[in-house]
Amino acid sequence: MSVPRYWRKQQNRYNLKGNYCETCGRYFFPPRVLCPDCRRDGKIVDYEFSGNGTVRTFSIIRTASDDYDLQTPYAIAIIELEEGTCMTAQVICEPDEISIGMPVKRVFRKIFSEGDSGVIVYGTKFVPA
Amino acid sequence: MVGIITYGAYIPRYRIKTEEIARVWGANGAEIAAGLGVKEKSVPDLDEDTITMSVEAARYALARRDIPRDAIGAIYVGSESHPYAVKPSSATVGEAIGATPVMTAADFEFACKAGTAGIQTCMGMVMSGMIEYGCAIGADTAQGAPGDALEYTASAGGAALFIGNEKPIAEINRTCSFTTDTPDFWRREGQTYPSHGGRFSGDPAYFKHVQGAAHLMLEQMGTVPSDYDYAIFHQPNAKFPRKVSKMLGFTAEQIGPGLAVPRLGNTYSGAVPVGISATLDVAKPGDRIFVTSYGSGAGSDAFDITVTDTIESDVFNRSAAPTVEELLANGKYLDYALYAKHKGKIVMQ
Repeated sequence: MSVPRYWRKQQNRYNLKGNYCETCGRYFFPPRVLCPDCRRDGKIVDYEFSGNGTVRTFSIIRTASDDYDLQTPYAIAIIELEEGTCMTAQVICEPDEISIGMPVKRVFRKIFSEGDSGVIVYGTKFVPA
Repeated sequence: MVGIITYGAYIPRYRIKTEEIARVWGANGAEIAAGLGVKEKSVPDLDEDTITMSVEAARYALARRDIPRDAIGAIYVGSESHPYAVKPSSATVGEAIGATPVMTAADFEFACKAGTAGIQTCMGMVMSGMIEYGCAIGADTAQGAPGDALEYTASAGGAALFIGNEKPIAEINRTCSFTTDTPDFWRREGQTYPSHGGRFSGDPAYFKHVQGAAHLMLEQMGTVPSDYDYAIFHQPNAKFPRKVSKMLGFTAEQIGPGLAVPRLGNTYSGAVPVGISATLDVAKPGDRIFVTSYGSGAGSDAFDITVTDTIESDVFNRSAAPTVEELLANGKYLDYALYAKHKGKIVMQ
C-alpha cells in the first residue's frame, strides 16, 4: 500500500470514522458520499462508530500473504457494529474461541509493516468483549 | 491545583514464566525467580508495540473521564522502544484519541523514567497556562538480549496519565529530580539490545538516585515516610524497590498495591506509571502517595501526590476501564519458542 493511500484512510482505520444518513438513519462504514436509499434527499453527516459489535460470520486464515504469514492461524470476521452496519476486520483470539454472534470490541493494533524500513500501518482490530 | 485528571494502564495478554526462560538457558529458574522476585512477565502480541499500548492506555483513561479532545494541548510518550527511530509515537497517539491537530507532541527517552519526565513536562505546561490538559505516557516493549539477566524481567505494558488543573483526582503537591551522568545501562544507535554494567546498576545507579530524589522530596515537603499511605518506586525487579523502600523507611504495606513487577516484569518507562495506576485503582480521597522513578544514565523524579474527593465523584468513573489487577489476571502463557516469535527474536529470511 502506498504511503498517501494509507494516510488518506487513517481516520477511518484509527477511529472508525464513517458517516450516516440523517434522513433515513442508515450508517456507513467506510463512509459514503451519497445515501443509496435517499439519493438527493439524503443528508450525509460524519459519525464515529463506538467499536462495539458482534461477529456475523468469520473465516480462519491458515495460509496468508507474506505480510500476515507470521500471524497465522488468525480469524477474519465480518463484524456487525452496534449501529447496524458491517465491516471486515481481524479478531484477535484463538481460532477455537471465535463464534458467530460473539460480542467484540475494538482495539488499536498494528495491521502490517512494509518490511524493516517501510511505514508501519496501524488500525482497528477486534477482541472478544 | 495541578494534578492527575484521569489515568489508564494497558498490559498485553501474554505471559512467560521466569522458570521457562531459565529452562532454555540451563539456569535454576526457581532460584532466579526468588532472587529477582519476578515469577512471570508480560509479552506483547505479534501486532502490539509501544504505540498500540500507548493508544489503549490513553483510551482507557478517557473512558474513565471524558475530556474535550481539543483541550488536550500536549502528548508526550516516554519509551525505549518507539517503533520508529524517526517519526513520533506521540503524533499517532494524538490522532488515535482525536486530539490532533492543535496540540504539541514529542517522544521522550530517559531509559526507564521517560514516562515521569513526561508528567513533569505536562505539569509545567499546565501550571504556566500554556495548555489545559497534557497527556504523559510511559510504555515499552522492553528489550533484553537472549540469555542476558534482563531477559527474565524485560516485559511490555504502559500507562497514560492526563495532567490538568480542573478538579484533579489526585493533586501533585510537588515534584523534584536528581540526575547525574552514570553509565549503568545503555543502548547504542542501531543496536537491538541494551547493555548494562551488571552490579554497577545497583548502588551507584538505582539506589543513589532513588534515594537522592526521595530524600530531596522529604526534605522539601518536610515529611517523613509514615506521612504517606502508599509509595511507588521504580521496579526493574521486586528486590530493588523492596530494598530501597526499607532503606528510606517505607513499609511493605505502603509499596504493596503499586508493586506490579512480580507478575508483570519490568515495563521500563511504563513501570512507575503502571505502579501509579495500580495505586490509584485502590486509593481513597485523602490518601497521600509518594513516587520515585528511576531511569538509567541516570536520574530519578519524585512526586508527592494527594488523592482528592473527585476520584469518587460523578465526573470520574473508575470502573469504566480495567484495573491493573484485572489486566494482570487471566494471562495466556507462552513457551520460549512462541515468546521468541512474539519478540522478533527469530531471524526470518
